[in-house]
Amino acid sequence: MPRLSVWMVRTALLALAAGAALGAVLLADPSFAGGVARWRPLHAELLTVGWTVQLAFGVAYWILPRFRSGSERGREELGWAAFVLVNLGVVLVGVGRSVPGAESWALAGRSAEGLAAAAFAAQAWPRVKPFR
Amino acid sequence: MPPLTRWLVKAALLYLVAALVLGVAVQLPVAGRYPLLAVLWPTYLHVLVVGWLTQLIFGVAYWLFPRYSAERPRGSERLGWAMFVLLNAGLLLRIVGEPWRALGHGGHAVLLVSAVAQLLAVWAFVLNTWPRLKER
Repeated sequence: MPRLSVWMVRTALLALAAGAALGAVLLADPSFAGGVARWRPLHAELLTVGWTVQLAFGVAYWILPRFRSGSERGREELGWAAFVLVNLGVVLVGVGRSVPGAESWALAGRSAEGLAAAAFAAQAWPRVKPFR
Repeated sequence: MPPLTRWLVKAALLYLVAALVLGVAVQLPVAGRYPLLAVLWPTYLHVLVVGWLTQLIFGVAYWLFPRYSAERPRGSERLGWAMFVLLNAGLLLRIVGEPWRALGHGGHAVLLVSAVAQLLAVWAFVLNTWPRLKER
């Protein structure tokens, strides 16, 4: 497994572990500690984008067809950019949608996630090809 | 395909069918008139994303991720089975307990057990998968 995939899948596992912990507190009692319910958007963001989307990035980078010449997985720097941007986005959206007055963080976070998706798509696009 | 993966993927398929049936139920035009249908949305969502999506991922990852070692290719099989039992027990308790609580009948203890079981299942998966992610 390439280094970028290890980082992406391990970070996805951390997002899963953290998102599930928050979800467990929310499920056990939505009014627990008087303010945990406010963090529901962070729970959702960790599990949808931080876990599921990032896991898909990591596995796709590992498993999509490789090139015979040059860099075998194409433009690695785009993959690393996607990794940094998607995690920045998860934090900004999760906090921005959970904390009153931080809505602009959520917009910045969604923009980062959008750029991550674009970078990942640009990296993966030429690798979607027949085996030769 | 290892036995644990077969159980995980087949359970995931059952949850997929159940989630889509629940999805129809909560969208029925008469849903608002039946208190039970009106409170099923969070249950539907979690049956779909935990029961189907996450469980499918767990099953496929357990099968296809790099091997841990020649002797224990998939890490701890015992931890894997504990994960399967805890995830499904926790989710089934949620399916019963969440609407029950939403309708004002209590059920806090059931949901506490459900929350702990699902959390332990997730952490078991993370613990078992982490050492299999190796750079090569």
